[in-house]
Amino acid sequence: MSPTARPRPAVPARAAAVLATAALLLTACGGGAGGGADAAAGGEPQSGGTLTFAVGSDAGCVDPQQVGSNDTIYSVRQLVDSLTDQDPETGEIVPWLAESWEVSEDATSFTFHLRPGVTFSDGTPLTAQVVEDNLDAIPDLGPLAGLARGYLVGYTGTRVVDELTAQVTFGAPNVQFLQATSTHSLGLVSSASAALPPEQRCSEGVAGSGPFTLGEYVQNQSITLERRDGYDWGSSLWDKDGEAHLDRVVFQIVPEAGVRTGSLQSGQVDAIGSVAQADEAALEGAGIQLKARANPGVVFNIGLNNSLPLLQDPQVRQALSLAIDRQEIVDAVFPSGTEPATSPLAHTTPGYRDLSDELATDPDRAAELLDAAGWTPGADGIREKDGTRLALEVVWAPVAATNRPALELVQQQLRAVGVELTLREQPIAQLLPQLQSGEFQAAWGNVTRADADILRSQFSTALTNVYRVPAGELDGVLQEQAATVDEAQREELIGQAQQLLVDNDFLIPVVELQTTLGVAPAVHDLEFDASSRLQLHDTWKS
Amino acid sequence: MGGSATGRYVLRRLAQAVVVLWAAYTVSFLVLDALPGDPVTAMASAGMDSGAVDQEQLDQLRAEYGYDDPMLVRYLDHLGSAATGDLGDSVATGRPVVDTIAQALPPTLQLAGAALALAVLLGGGLALVATYSRRRWLRQVLLSLPGLGVSVPTFWVGLVLVQVLSFQLRLFPAFGNSGPSSLVLPAVTLAIPTGALVAQVLAKSLLTALDEPYVQTARAKGAGRARVHLSHALRNASLPALTVVGLLAGQLLANSVVVETVFSRDGLGRVTAGAVGSQDLPLVQGVVVLGALVFVLVNLAVDLVYPLLDRRIVVAGGRRSLA
Repeated sequence: MSPTARPRPAVPARAAAVLATAALLLTACGGGAGGGADAAAGGEPQSGGTLTFAVGSDAGCVDPQQVGSNDTIYSVRQLVDSLTDQDPETGEIVPWLAESWEVSEDATSFTFHLRPGVTFSDGTPLTAQVVEDNLDAIPDLGPLAGLARGYLVGYTGTRVVDELTAQVTFGAPNVQFLQATSTHSLGLVSSASAALPPEQRCSEGVAGSGPFTLGEYVQNQSITLERRDGYDWGSSLWDKDGEAHLDRVVFQIVPEAGVRTGSLQSGQVDAIGSVAQADEAALEGAGIQLKARANPGVVFNIGLNNSLPLLQDPQVRQALSLAIDRQEIVDAVFPSGTEPATSPLAHTTPGYRDLSDELATDPDRAAELLDAAGWTPGADGIREKDGTRLALEVVWAPVAATNRPALELVQQQLRAVGVELTLREQPIAQLLPQLQSGEFQAAWGNVTRADADILRSQFSTALTNVYRVPAGELDGVLQEQAATVDEAQREELIGQAQQLLVDNDFLIPVVELQTTLGVAPAVHDLEFDASSRLQLHDTWKS
Repeated sequence: MGGSATGRYVLRRLAQAVVVLWAAYTVSFLVLDALPGDPVTAMASAGMDSGAVDQEQLDQLRAEYGYDDPMLVRYLDHLGSAATGDLGDSVATGRPVVDTIAQALPPTLQLAGAALALAVLLGGGLALVATYSRRRWLRQVLLSLPGLGVSVPTFWVGLVLVQVLSFQLRLFPAFGNSGPSSLVLPAVTLAIPTGALVAQVLAKSLLTALDEPYVQTARAKGAGRARVHLSHALRNASLPALTVVGLLAGQLLANSVVVETVFSRDGLGRVTAGAVGSQDLPLVQGVVVLGALVFVLVNLAVDLVYPLLDRRIVVAGGRRSLA
């Protein structure tokens, strides 16, 4: 597991952010024109205009199938359409480029009936052959395309049934594939684009069928999207038929958080990504709308190495979970509206089950459990047993600004019950091999995915099993949900999996990741999709 | 000084430059190789969920990019290519390192050039005014400014300038490479530490020069105060200032990392920061080699300029000597 893509803080980011924040607080009264939150409701949609969106980082690639970082997904998502779409409210998979589909009983075969009349921006039509060309090319994409490749594990091929019917098959049950077809990673490009080398797709872009086309990509600078004329095959979830409202969208890459915030306040940009808690008041004071949604998938958690002797004791694991006050961490560190973890899954994940009672805070009970397990307080308050201190090291990567303060608070909370937690910061490139080799005690991170199958990727002993979970009942449940097409049945199994994870405390869920955007009052209908990323077809400016 | 002597001197210096480049390449290779982790893993884990990456895929990718060969094999292999001008491909983008750097260089040269011009103007002007002034307090205040300019963090200066001149007064854009107006704030920010250094060195050597006997001679001959200051003292005092130009080039490149980040400009600094962040070793090495090349060339140019300023200096036989 690794933390979700967030813009990487630039070299002097932390100090710079503090200074910039101080400056903003000092000048908040003078900044910003009027316009209240009520302006957001605003009138009849108008077409035309340019939207400027400031994001913190550039992935160096504008191919949707190869991009995994939120800042770049925002723009490249607009270049392609997907076979299906996912309703952010219900999690339901609905038609987009596929008008309908069938899934085989054993979830190994998926047949899509394509919408006629769809063309890519290079003029070629969407056919079943294009679907095959796309899926066949994905395993050969470079190291960037890990998301798309992960969705296709076990892929055995695509059969062109007829011009507009494609049958995709897997060697093992793979029910998550249907949701995967709604993601940007499996957004379709033309056959000619699919045949290009990965590097060329990255630097020059691809021909998609989306509501926008790539106007210009200047590395480290900007990604400009132009409205696709004649677009008429939007998702069934969108309000507007036909072409997008906006003429042009410019994603400006602005690495400094303070500069993004100030640029939005002073009207140099229309929207910004990843608003920090400290900037909220100043932005709201300037009439900026704050839009927030929890990312679906596995919440920020302390993933335990369950093979360590210390952590094989269920009483110790339970005590760690009980010692943590999740609400306190949310209030102190995370943007307004962030929810404490109430399950291993965020509440926006389809199949989420509310386990808030099991994840309540009870330091007294935690102390009792540790007493019972034979860990007694030593001279400095840290518990000991047979001369061993109750100490744990958590590894983490500085990919989100909230990671350090959140962990420092966890550290204090654990210390209060006599557990010593040390924090070890690692560059992300070093964290991953460490997790895979098992040379860690605990790891902090989250994973964004709008399908509960992410629990199988993370905790099944049949797969990587980073957390060294012992084989048992959980495996069977995770395996079974992957082969269950019936939604109600699958939801029950997913619920059981969450329950088993929490009952056994194999991981300690802490807080949901929330994406918070700042949006100028004149921008309307800028909404999140099911993965808490953006869809700009319906967005307009007044 | 004969033309052929200068030619031999330049050739010899160029040969030394090759050794410096080789050393820079080798040291950076060893240092980067000693880092835990590798660029392929960095790419696979940056900005995505590791749940989807398995070890087998990583191993395969590592083999594809040649990161599973023994170090010596990789070193010789890469050095061989580097000698022919091929610094390899960026792991992050797959584009040739040489192309990436060539594309990032013009905006940085533009920025560094503007900053250098400003730095010489402001720093030189400050040093002249401070040493010319007869008011002790003014001299003290002016001479303390360079120390301040050197010690203030560049990113802080940048953020303050953005805050006041862009967000508040809305005179300049806060980000981007578009047009001359977007160059103003970054160039000023970059010029401050550089100008401060110029002012420090120039002021000190001007003060020394003004005490020299030849200045008294000039005065005794009836030269005006301004003429003595600008013509006699400045000419000699500018030699030490010229010596630090090589240093300035390095400082400008290093500070461009910060300035380009704060002002969201494209350029070599941004490329460097990104390459280091993603452990894009070929690209980092390319930047190191370029830095060494710039340093060597600037110093060579400075050495060749000396005799123009002071005819007593002759370059020959591989070292400077007073004739």
